[in-house]
Amino acid sequence: MTTAAAPPGRKALTIDRLCAGYGDTQVLWDVSLTVAPGEVVALIGSNGAGKSTLLGAVSGLVETISGSARYGDVELTALQPDRVVRAGVVQVPQGRRLFSSLSVEDNLRMGAYLRRDREVEADLEKILTMLPRLRERYDYLAGRLSGGEQQQVAIGRALMARPQVLLIDEMSLGLAPVLVDALIDILAQIHATGVSILIVEQDVQTALEVSSRAYVLETGRIILSGPSAELLDDPQVKKAYLGV
Amino acid sequence: MSEAALHIEGVGVRFGGLWALSDVSFAVERGAVLGLIGPNGSGKTTLMNVISGVYKPVTGEVRYGGRRIADVPTHQVCHLGIARTFQIVKPFASLNARENVAVGAMYGREGSKRSTRAAFERADELLEIVDLARVAYRRASDLTIPDRKRLEVAKALALDPEVLLLDEVMAGLNATEVEEALDLLRRVNQRGITLIVVEHLMKAIVSISTCIVVLAEGRKIAEGAPADVLASPEVIEAYLGSRWAKRQQQLEAIEAERRAVQQVRPPAPS
Repeated sequence: MTTAAAPPGRKALTIDRLCAGYGDTQVLWDVSLTVAPGEVVALIGSNGAGKSTLLGAVSGLVETISGSARYGDVELTALQPDRVVRAGVVQVPQGRRLFSSLSVEDNLRMGAYLRRDREVEADLEKILTMLPRLRERYDYLAGRLSGGEQQQVAIGRALMARPQVLLIDEMSLGLAPVLVDALIDILAQIHATGVSILIVEQDVQTALEVSSRAYVLETGRIILSGPSAELLDDPQVKKAYLGV
Repeated sequence: MSEAALHIEGVGVRFGGLWALSDVSFAVERGAVLGLIGPNGSGKTTLMNVISGVYKPVTGEVRYGGRRIADVPTHQVCHLGIARTFQIVKPFASLNARENVAVGAMYGREGSKRSTRAAFERADELLEIVDLARVAYRRASDLTIPDRKRLEVAKALALDPEVLLLDEVMAGLNATEVEEALDLLRRVNQRGITLIVVEHLMKAIVSISTCIVVLAEGRKIAEGAPADVLASPEVIEAYLGSRWAKRQQQLEAIEAERRAVQQVRPPAPS
């Protein structure tokens, strides 16, 4: 595939001392994290650590208390969610969140809802080439697809927005190992087009295998970070997250 | 545990032109923990629905304790002693945890013999067992995901089942929570309840199953002891994937190395 997401992101996503939460409940405390251009970074942590809240804050869905999240020079926390997408930062939400009563085609087209350029059709074609299963299922209602196919629709829909940075929340949840393998291949293809990727995973093994660097989030704070290969061997990570 | 609790015999289910299950047969020994695995869309949940009476098979038969149950309606299957949990948890959202479990205790196999008070007492016992006593009076909709999964198990146990079908109760739990869930399932199994466990977490499946059945595209492709099933090239191709196989090889190499080191240096006599 050449690129569904042209031109490649050459700017960094920089999260700096971010505090965020819901109403009076602060969830994130001074979280700092960067995703360099073209990098694959993993954010790991337990249920309730604040991983999805962080993606929500970056996407403009969760209120930021202080600190910043910038893509290049653009301050994302000041933007509405649609503006964050326009800026090139696009989320694949946990649980796919498809329009289940719409077809695969319509779900994909919804991803390009904000675009007015003439390359939407060409991008759609590229995505269907990269995700051939979706071509086979083009007219099916999204709600009728299997879990692995639905996850592909969710990824395809995000690509239709031409992301520079893709935020992927719990991609492997509830999927057979062999389907996770297939999704990892797809991520590699997306990465090869120059898109930066931040993956949030509870499947720590998978997250650390596909990323070059990783951060460990615990009760709203980054407690550990480093090259993924090193974290795979870290006794603390092994004990807490890999169950060995 | 020689006597089978459940016989699945030549079961076929068709949705329109698609065979969701074709000619699936196996037996589940009384007291066993059967791991049911397979890719998404391979028919695992459909099979759960056949066993619990939600779908009637087009072909084949399900026998439970010598009785044919494929035509028995769902609520009667439950009264016969087969309970299930749902992949997408289904609590009564506006009731608290204790009330949710009490509904099961009133409705299930022993329900007609129970007073309301006895049902609530049973609910309290079960909340204790699944470690939910701490949130007994919290609304189900306010529980965390792991606690909702625990509630799903408690609701099913309240039906006093002999056979419990568990549909992905560990999905979305972290390593520690998975260990806790496995402990819970072992305790349930030790009370004599036969378990059929659908799960993608292979670590969990390997650690708890006495027997594994693998489905792919609606057909049974393997059945047997966990070690044998997981070494099957067909199962690796259809379900486990090459990454898993590679990881296993690495783990085995590490284990072999560890054994070799131990042989060279025998432990000092105590």
